[in-house]
Amino acid sequence: MAAHTPSGTSYVRAQAVAPLPPPLVESGAIGWLRTALFSGPLNIVLTILSGALIVLIVPPLLNFLIFDATWSGADREACLARPDRPVVGACWAFIRERLGYFIYGFYPIAERWRVDAFFVLLTIGIIWLLAPTARRRTLGAIYFFVVMPVLACVLLLGWPAIGLPEVSTTQWGGMLVTVVVSGVGIVFSLPIGIVLALGRRSRMPLVKLFSVIFIEFVRGVPLVTVLFMASVMLPLFVPEQWSPDKLLRALVGVALFASAYMAEVVRAGLQAIPRGQYEGAMAVGLSYWRMMGLIILPQALRVTIPNIVNSYIALFKDTTLVFIVGIFDFLRTIEAARVDPKWATPVTSTTGYAFAAIVYFICCYLMSRYARDMEARLTTTHRR
Amino acid sequence: MSRAGADEKPAISPLHDPRWRSAVYQVLLCAVIVFLVYSAVDNAAQNLQRARIASGFDFWHRTAGFDISQTLIDYSTVSTYGRAFWVGLLNTLLVAGLGIIIATIIGFIVGIARLSKNALVSRLAGGYVEVIRNLPLLLQLLFWYNAVLKALPELSDSLVLPGGAFLNNRGLFLPQPVAGAGFSVVPLMFVIGLAGALLFRVWAKRRQERTGLQAPILLATFLLVIGLPLAAFLLSGVPIEFGYPEKGRFNIRGGIEILPEFMALLFGLSIYTAAFIAEVVRAGILAVSHGQTEAAYSLGLRPGQTLRRVVIPQAMRVIVPPLTNQYLNLTKNSSLAVAIGYPDLVQIFAGTVLNQTGQAVEVIAITMAVYLTISLVTSLLMNWYNARIALVER
Amino acid sequence: MDQPTSPPRLRPAKLKTDVAIDIIGMHKWFGDFHVLRDINLRVMGGERIVICGPSGSGKSTMIRCINRLEEHQRGRILIDGMELTGDLRRIDEIRREVGMVFQHFNLFPHLTVLENLTLAPIWVRKMPKKDADDIAMHFLRRVKIPEQAHKYPGQLSGGQQQRVAIARALCMNPKIMLFDEPTSALDPEMVKEVLETMVQLAEDGMTMLVVTHEMGFARQVANRVVFMDEGQIVEVNTPEEFFAHPQHERTKLFLSQILQ
Ligand SMILES: Nc1ncnc2c1ncn2[C@@H]1O[C@H](COP(=O)(O)OP(=O)(O)OP(=O)(O)O)[C@@H](O)[C@H]1O
Ligand SMILES: [Mg+2]
Repeated sequence: MAAHTPSGTSYVRAQAVAPLPPPLVESGAIGWLRTALFSGPLNIVLTILSGALIVLIVPPLLNFLIFDATWSGADREACLARPDRPVVGACWAFIRERLGYFIYGFYPIAERWRVDAFFVLLTIGIIWLLAPTARRRTLGAIYFFVVMPVLACVLLLGWPAIGLPEVSTTQWGGMLVTVVVSGVGIVFSLPIGIVLALGRRSRMPLVKLFSVIFIEFVRGVPLVTVLFMASVMLPLFVPEQWSPDKLLRALVGVALFASAYMAEVVRAGLQAIPRGQYEGAMAVGLSYWRMMGLIILPQALRVTIPNIVNSYIALFKDTTLVFIVGIFDFLRTIEAARVDPKWATPVTSTTGYAFAAIVYFICCYLMSRYARDMEARLTTTHRR
Repeated sequence: MSRAGADEKPAISPLHDPRWRSAVYQVLLCAVIVFLVYSAVDNAAQNLQRARIASGFDFWHRTAGFDISQTLIDYSTVSTYGRAFWVGLLNTLLVAGLGIIIATIIGFIVGIARLSKNALVSRLAGGYVEVIRNLPLLLQLLFWYNAVLKALPELSDSLVLPGGAFLNNRGLFLPQPVAGAGFSVVPLMFVIGLAGALLFRVWAKRRQERTGLQAPILLATFLLVIGLPLAAFLLSGVPIEFGYPEKGRFNIRGGIEILPEFMALLFGLSIYTAAFIAEVVRAGILAVSHGQTEAAYSLGLRPGQTLRRVVIPQAMRVIVPPLTNQYLNLTKNSSLAVAIGYPDLVQIFAGTVLNQTGQAVEVIAITMAVYLTISLVTSLLMNWYNARIALVER
Repeated sequence: MDQPTSPPRLRPAKLKTDVAIDIIGMHKWFGDFHVLRDINLRVMGGERIVICGPSGSGKSTMIRCINRLEEHQRGRILIDGMELTGDLRRIDEIRREVGMVFQHFNLFPHLTVLENLTLAPIWVRKMPKKDADDIAMHFLRRVKIPEQAHKYPGQLSGGQQQRVAIARALCMNPKIMLFDEPTSALDPEMVKEVLETMVQLAEDGMTMLVVTHEMGFARQVANRVVFMDEGQIVEVNTPEEFFAHPQHERTKLFLSQILQ
């Protein structure tokens, strides 16, 4: 090897240097530990502090959720501290017993299969629409946005003529209501949001004005007030005989609220479409609706999928607010069950909330993972 | 459909003239909206008449007759509905203001921690953001309120905190500082210190421009604004007394009482919003390209100077707009107070007042107008700020 | 503002020793990847070195090691007799003496051109603002764009931005200038104006290390051309010899590709 300094005017390397392994401290687990955790005093202090925080949080959490938990039992006795068991963790027995209530609310037990069927229909729709390899998406969209909602209405509300007894929405509850509310929000917010977004970008001043007023108004006030408005003002605004039921009022509120947010998401997508696409579409003589429907919207929605999913996550979390106008969604059933004297123990509330947290976390996390994957896919296919 | 007529100028049938079409669309839209509004108003009038509810804002001056657990201004059961409105609004602003401060602090710490080279720190921060963002705020509020604060010991077994404070399921009871004689010198010194710090900054900047000498502005500001009043406070013999809370058999007397509803809402809102702020901060810092720091380093700027003069000014341009949005979200989310019974605007006004008066239209309209005003004023300020700081491009 | 007929000359700061840069047996790894292998290079004061080589051969990494934007793991780097170590003060000192110009300019978009130029003199050299402004205007005249002083970088053309970047580095009165492909992000007509500025700088006697594929520039100003491949210095020679009689197979291949 030439350890010599080429300071003279000419030098030619006689022999190539083969790549060497890095010095030991730079590679492998030790190198990683050194650079990631223990480089410099500040870093070491930070490592110790966060280590302490983790020790403070994780083991007690695991103890509560798993190791000290009560898995079976008939009533509160099972989950009380006894001399032989001074520390009690989560009372999963309570969740097990009330699971039906958490999922179906007061839906008649004999008719619960209809709810299950609805869940299956919904799952098919979601997979059809979202799976990256799915084919015939357009058909999937028609199924999801038209066919499935109709079937769901018939199934859940009932239609005595074909042998499905009616079930009033006051009997609905739990996960069913959460899914219905977010489903309605999802199904209605996208089309209404698209119309509002197009309206906001329209060249017709009045159309634009109304769209802007609606969007900014709804986005400027809390969902709670929109729900209050829907639940106390809606009945005032329609003739007395039509007075909509409680769930329907909340659904209207949620759908309007979600539409305004969706409109802004779609608008951002529309803005990302380069001018040339519009010009190209107009150049081949497409009318406004053809241009939007065939060229612009498909592209805009494609790049917006991650953001659409993100606003669905927000919507899904926001459905808990129907609680406030007295509807028995999933969270409300937990809230009701946790104070039931049959199960009231010091750990019941925490158990209920832990269960709700796990359910919501899984749903939201899956959605956000999907959004992130889609985003990664979009950026890779769009580059080069 | 025939597409003729595009190039023969004179004879465009109104059916194909874009101006005609758009006029027709707009007239139709107006008609639909006018019809909807008209029938809604008509129905409302009939329905209200049937329920014998007089519309109008007369109720504003009527006696409310209910009590409120937390009031920042004088209020009692004989006060008016109007007064109750102001109490609620102030309570909303209190929790939102404090929440914004706390959420910003936590959010910036977590956001920066996510970018830390220390793997444990960045993962811990990532875990926080991931968990908190994926749980509904209402669930978090209920958890803080019912599972944590309401599960605290009863009054009789109150936790005694250092410094004479009590914590139990009725809230946090803190000693109330009462200014003694001669305390007024402290705020005076604070004002003087503040003025001095401002003058020092101006002087330091001038001198730096003249001679290039740099002054420790941060240290001087700290000494003047904090140190001076503190010194005055100590030198004048600690002129402050505490009204300690005293535990009786059935209640606690004296001191400052902080409601568990307030604490739960404040915690919940701050922790939830902080997770979103952390993401905003992270994105803002990442938006400043690596080349910028490298260029600053290669000019010989220290890491601290690079941060102060190159990274932060650029990151703030990216951070401030979504940050304001989060502040608005926090303010709007404070309306979830109604779920745990903190007496905010919605709980008092859209809840109790509405129920008592039955004047849904007026009450909801006022409530929404408040939030709408806050939102619109903020976004106007934001637009002004954005226009002012926008980077100049060709 | 009138443009002066002849741009002001520059007297580069004097080096303390004869050898501006001495790299001895330097190695660097990115993780397990051995990017720089046994680099040996001695640059005398006032010398102009052009570095070329295929993409990914480690040219950027090498010159970034010289002002510690990258850390080397084995071997030594001496700048004007000072060894580059982890010592933060030493790094500050060396960065003050070594100016760098990047491919993508890296001007600070939130500061005006003048503020870009005076930032480091004010905060690093602790210069009064007036003096810093004077120096900045001096160098702006030198790169022939004094009239742009109060614009923002985003308002300038690429060539103008790169000249501002050169002026910004010069304001710190460096002893050595590093250039990392200063013209490869520019449109052809702007390349000329930047190269002219660099030629002037060379004529004033600045010690320069330039990564570039502008072979005309290499012929005109370089004392030596360094050819790198796979993280190694493969060949070093005067421009005349280098272009006329390349020795190493890799060099021949590379030249045949870029000169055709
Ligand atoms: N921060 C980094 N981490 C890991 N690998 C890197 C990093 N920077 C550069 N590399 C790798 O090191 C090698 C040398 O990179 P370098 O930028 O020095 O090449 P170059 O000769 O300047 O090429 P070009 O002409 O394309 O600029 C490349 O293979 C590159 O992928
Ligand atoms: Mg390079």
